[in-house]
Amino acid sequence: MNERNGTGGKQWVRITECANIPVREGRATTVGGHSIAVFNLGQRFAAIENRCPHRGGPLAEGIVCGATVVCPLHAWKIDLETGVAASASPDAPCVQTYRTRIEGGILEIEIPVAGAPPADTRETPRAHRDRPIRWVQRKFPTARPEMREQR
Amino acid sequence: MERLIVIGNGMAGVACVEQILKYSPRFEISIFGEETELNYNRILLSSVLAGEKTADEIILNDAGWYERNRIDLRLGVRIVDVDSANRTVTGDDGSVTSFDKLILATGSSPLIPPIEGIGKAGVYVFRNLEDTRALLDRARAGARAVVIGGGLLGLEAARGLQVQGCDVTVVHLMETLMERQLDATGGAFLKSKIESLGPRVLLGRNTRAILGAEHAEGVEFHDGTRLEADFVVIAAGIRPNVELGRRAGLLMRRGIVVNDYLETSHPEIFAVGECVEHNGVCYGLVAPLLEQGKVLAATITGNRGPKYQGSVPAAKLKIMGVDVFSAGDFSEAPGNDAVRFEDGAIGVYKKLILRDNRLAGVILVGDTADSHRYMDWLTSKNDLTALRRKLLFPDPAEDTELDVAQMPDAKVVCGCHGVSKGTIIQAILERGLSTLSQLKECTRASTGCGSCTELCQQLLQAVAPAAQSEAKRALCKCFSLSEAQLREIVRTERLRTVQDVLDIYGNGSGCEICKPALSYMLDMVWCGGHDEDRSARFINDRVHANIQKDGSFSVVPRIRGGVTSPDELRRIADVAEKYKVRMVKITGSQRIDLLGVQKGDLPKIWAELGMPSGQAYTKGVRMVKTCVGSEFCRFGVQDSTSTGIELERRLENLFTPHKLKMGVVGCPRNCAEATVKDIGLIGQEGSWQVVVGGAAGKKVRKADLLVTVETAEEALQAAALFFQYYRENADYLERTYDFVERLGIARVRRETVYAPMAVQQGLRERLRKSKARSRDAWLEGDEPRHATQFVQIEPLENVLA
Repeated sequence: MNERNGTGGKQWVRITECANIPVREGRATTVGGHSIAVFNLGQRFAAIENRCPHRGGPLAEGIVCGATVVCPLHAWKIDLETGVAASASPDAPCVQTYRTRIEGGILEIEIPVAGAPPADTRETPRAHRDRPIRWVQRKFPTARPEMREQR
Repeated sequence: MERLIVIGNGMAGVACVEQILKYSPRFEISIFGEETELNYNRILLSSVLAGEKTADEIILNDAGWYERNRIDLRLGVRIVDVDSANRTVTGDDGSVTSFDKLILATGSSPLIPPIEGIGKAGVYVFRNLEDTRALLDRARAGARAVVIGGGLLGLEAARGLQVQGCDVTVVHLMETLMERQLDATGGAFLKSKIESLGPRVLLGRNTRAILGAEHAEGVEFHDGTRLEADFVVIAAGIRPNVELGRRAGLLMRRGIVVNDYLETSHPEIFAVGECVEHNGVCYGLVAPLLEQGKVLAATITGNRGPKYQGSVPAAKLKIMGVDVFSAGDFSEAPGNDAVRFEDGAIGVYKKLILRDNRLAGVILVGDTADSHRYMDWLTSKNDLTALRRKLLFPDPAEDTELDVAQMPDAKVVCGCHGVSKGTIIQAILERGLSTLSQLKECTRASTGCGSCTELCQQLLQAVAPAAQSEAKRALCKCFSLSEAQLREIVRTERLRTVQDVLDIYGNGSGCEICKPALSYMLDMVWCGGHDEDRSARFINDRVHANIQKDGSFSVVPRIRGGVTSPDELRRIADVAEKYKVRMVKITGSQRIDLLGVQKGDLPKIWAELGMPSGQAYTKGVRMVKTCVGSEFCRFGVQDSTSTGIELERRLENLFTPHKLKMGVVGCPRNCAEATVKDIGLIGQEGSWQVVVGGAAGKKVRKADLLVTVETAEEALQAAALFFQYYRENADYLERTYDFVERLGIARVRRETVYAPMAVQQGLRERLRKSKARSRDAWLEGDEPRHATQFVQIEPLENVLA
């Protein structure tokens, strides 16, 4: 059952049996137009945008080290909690993160619902809530229109 | 058992006893020591004074050593008389001890020049540990110290006191510092170097008196000038302690006279060390004393034979930052040729003295790096005619290890303790030593003046299997251990999963560096019998394909030796069309690459190809490239294709520290470029060359010849030996060209094709086991390790985009 959580147009979506994602590995999935990488961290699951902010590498294929995934293309390290790329810069680029939960052995991800403009529904990484998300426009001028098209 | 008494518990006496103990135990040994200390390394007193070492650290033989060897040690007893007729010695405690044989190793005492008031308080000598402690007590920041004597000991004392904060002046009688070891130019270079460190140097000053009422307050020179001081140190030289020799009625000159067997004029009395005079020379340096000790040990244990024939005097100043080395005769007498280099700006002075084209003496100031080579020339007395144009600046050795390798086994590495290269290598191999500290403990090498430390390190690195580990840094930030250490731990602790290694010895989470490295290590150590954890592998090794920049994959089937068939080509073409492969590419490795494949299609493509994995995505056996060879080529002399195919068959599906590329060519024209492959087989008329460590990538390197053999089978065997040796000993991501360079091809040969049979069999057996457990990775297409190994997760429900 889809369940509206009522806050900002998001909904929990049933993805797969937990056993389908091996411990310390990631898998890619596509839900509601979002390309998402889900990771089994042993005690819990994490879900982030499956696209490295560096060159668009498939983060689901990365090696998981603690609560970080290492992009398979050029070894960028993305924090699975915040979506932020490890970088010396305070302005480090980041990927979108999604909340996860387990209901009856099924992994669920909270997805922004259709219709709402992406900028409003996007769950901004905690570390970046205070900042506008203009990095999206600035750093990836070509990538974003594609995403819009999909939606 | 005969009673042997040794008078003197210093370096010479105890080193001789150590040598005696190596022969059969026929003596009941007593050692009398006037000092109350265990045997310590007198050479390092200056390091104690400079605060670089503690007194405990320079102990050479601890109490346990005396106990274990049942030596009756009498410390604090000065022997005052020797009765050679009745064979007894009398101590200052009144004790009378009888002996069958007696060794006088009484050493020497500071030479006290005739200076008025020398007995005043505040006048010190610098000869033993007690003196050193007294000086350390006295030395404090700002105290004014005058050191009388500008020889080795005086300069070392001055530097030590200066480090302790004293304001130091060195007063030297002669016009040249260390005039017994240096010429005027060398002395001048040394003077400016010493002064740059702080101490002042006054030359040509003859001290007449110590000033002050009861306590020293300064010194006065013969020219009437004075110098104020808070204390004075006398370091004007040493004189042999010969009083007991005289009392025993032995033949005496400056020292106790001994012959080439270290025998004195009395048949049961022997002497060794600084108290003896041999051929008119009294030695005050450590190396000769140890040489004498060895000879005496043979003589006294009934193995009379080895002769002591004098030593080339060699001295090295042990002051941090002041490099001085001197050996042999450096006088410019007629018939001596001097070869000089000097550069005042950088403080380097070198002088060689040649007589009849052979090295007679050497002085090095400011750069003593070549001292070992010169010492070698001095002792070997080699004719240097061919090297005359580059004596001071010889061609650099091709690599430093080569230098070590070229030294003969008999060559003494540690002059202080007379330890030869052969002894060191034997100790390393027999006792499994891997660190310098172990080597020091075992052989004493490099515990003297320390000038051979570098050589010992090189020997360790060349010979000890685990020596690199010490120098090598930790694997990554997750571990404080090196790969070599981890390999050992994995073996001994029987760890079989990456996570166990991470949890027990690492930080628990690991990183993208250590996880694949540990995955490799476990697979290699357990010959494939580990618990494979795919989460620790790079994506390529999870899906057995090479990830591309857009997240698609490339597929390279195995085409052994680059030899394929119309049938295979047809299947490849069909697959490429059916799955709309974006590019079909002939690779540099004589393979066919299908590019732009989606992960989900991989198992189907593999099945339809019906060919094994080409492993083009992993750190493993990539391929064997071959030329046409004798089957068709009109120049071919060996069958390169079938040999190459066999080589590939034997090694395929195995992981290696880094990717491994091979080549087999049927003649020296080398069409398949075997000389720039990790392993290459080069066919020649009637033989094969096996070459290793070649590269034509980021680095271009011509492979080294491992061995030349007659048959293809022998060549395959040699290649397999090297292959497994590389697997077991290289660090992860270390290509063979770095590996071979790091170890040196001589060592690689020694430990593979020239290794003892048992070692070779071990390598072959472990390779056989690994090979038996390995399998074509693409078989996982039919039997995936995990339900979602190759698929994208389809959500149980979807929402509108």
